[in-house]
Amino acid sequence: MPELELLAKIACYVLMGLTVLFAILVVTVRDLFHRALWLAGVLIAIAGIFIALGAEFLAASQILIYVGAIMTLVIFAIMLTGKISEKSIARTNIQWPIGLVTLTGLAFFMIRIITQTPWNFQSTSMEAHISVLALGEKLLGIYIFAFEIISVILLVALIGALVMAKKDNSSC
Amino acid sequence: MDQIFVYIKKAIVDLVGTFLPESVEIMTSILISITVFCLLGPLLMMYMTWLERKVVGRIQNRLGPNRVGKFGLLQPIADGIKMLTKEDIVPKNADKIVHLLAPILIIAPALLLFAVIPFGKNMTAIDLNIGLIFFLAVSSITTIPIFMASWGSRNKYSLLGGMRSVAQMISYEIPMVLSVVPVILTVGSLSTVAIVDAQSAWGGFKWFLFTPWGLVSFVVFFLCSVAECNRSPFDLPEAESEIIAGFHTEYSGMKFALFYMAEFMNTFTLSALTVTLFLGGWQGPFLPSWIWFFLKTFVIIFIMVWFRGTLPRVRVDQLMGLAWKVLLPVTLVNVIISGFWYYYHNFWALGLGTILLFLTLIGFMKLNRNYMPEKRVYTYGN
Repeated sequence: MPELELLAKIACYVLMGLTVLFAILVVTVRDLFHRALWLAGVLIAIAGIFIALGAEFLAASQILIYVGAIMTLVIFAIMLTGKISEKSIARTNIQWPIGLVTLTGLAFFMIRIITQTPWNFQSTSMEAHISVLALGEKLLGIYIFAFEIISVILLVALIGALVMAKKDNSSC
Repeated sequence: MDQIFVYIKKAIVDLVGTFLPESVEIMTSILISITVFCLLGPLLMMYMTWLERKVVGRIQNRLGPNRVGKFGLLQPIADGIKMLTKEDIVPKNADKIVHLLAPILIIAPALLLFAVIPFGKNMTAIDLNIGLIFFLAVSSITTIPIFMASWGSRNKYSLLGGMRSVAQMISYEIPMVLSVVPVILTVGSLSTVAIVDAQSAWGGFKWFLFTPWGLVSFVVFFLCSVAECNRSPFDLPEAESEIIAGFHTEYSGMKFALFYMAEFMNTFTLSALTVTLFLGGWQGPFLPSWIWFFLKTFVIIFIMVWFRGTLPRVRVDQLMGLAWKVLLPVTLVNVIISGFWYYYHNFWALGLGTILLFLTLIGFMKLNRNYMPEKRVYTYGN
């Protein structure tokens, strides 16, 4: 059905365009709360791209973790810190030249990688069925080391947050 | 009778298919499902408000709505007309766009959730491979429109309500997701259709509710779903005696109605998921499958309304204590028990599981006792 394929293609490009547009808005809008909302928009649009590419589990976990948990925490932090949400807050600081250099370097390498990759995927390999079962077996099989390291890092972060949030006057 | 809706949809799609190309046929099929949900959601919401008012009225020894139509059955329509004709007030200092968008955006996830609910045999709109995770992910988006409403209103009560709501939703989401894990473990699939099929033995009565881990999971999941849709006794975000109406204090007319609608649709979808996960979904003898589904779902909704009519509101620290000190450890132990149950199908597993569960319960009840919230010290405030 070429009509439906065309529609799917248009939808995919619209999603990609929206991702870029929202990402630009995240860094240009003045109000910090609006920026956080645009960031949520970026993350949802990326989940949409995942769905369009057939990676439904990835899309669902993207929404569950990034939009459901991390964005909520970000907005929570914005709400709890009163002054930061004022419109007059400066958007740049002394470190912007370093940031510019790093970003240019990163962009250069990204573009090199993208142009040098042989993009000769067949449409059959794109439709590879990624089942949750296979994903779980891979995570607890060949990628067990990375998986365990990530969980240890998360645990360390958790304990660190607890220690920092503890009251100052108590011992031990 | 059982497949009547499936046949009607097939007939319409076939009719379209005789005149128009195949792509239009597929689009029609999708469009029919979307239209049905867009009508079903508000319709269910209207009659759930009626049911709630009638049942709470009965509990409080009143009649409830009884003036518009027989038994007040037209009351929801009258309310809808009233909501539409009311003045739409926007606070002067409000963040206008965010204030406008919040009630519109909150409807979207509430309607999306209908897509993976198996309403009956062959009556799931999309049998997603990841149905359950889809449900949990989409229902977690609801926090962002609530934030937008509470922030955009520029009202202290709204902000307090929004913060309470989000803290509650984050806390209760963790035991909720963990209480689903035993079901996923046993079924070996995330598809809601597969979960219903796995409970089809014993003439459609081999419900997961009848296993020890299933019972615990059911109770935890039900409590979490009551908390997720901000219903009494966990309705702190909307505690009218403390913070007026929480995050929708500054909304009037149809915008308020949209919040109300999203809340009731979430109540329905969460009850429907409870039925799907633990009460055998649409399976049952004699009656058509969709009647069984709606019967079971409305029993759960009735229990929620019963809760509202019976229990007083909990305190904030009790609310958080329940989630983190009771429900979370119980679900973690429950995952282990269901693992034992799955791999060693004998009395040892059952005995060990029960002992583990009781030890945890006793341990954490002890921890939870005699807890008084400490007086806070504001280091930089003084």
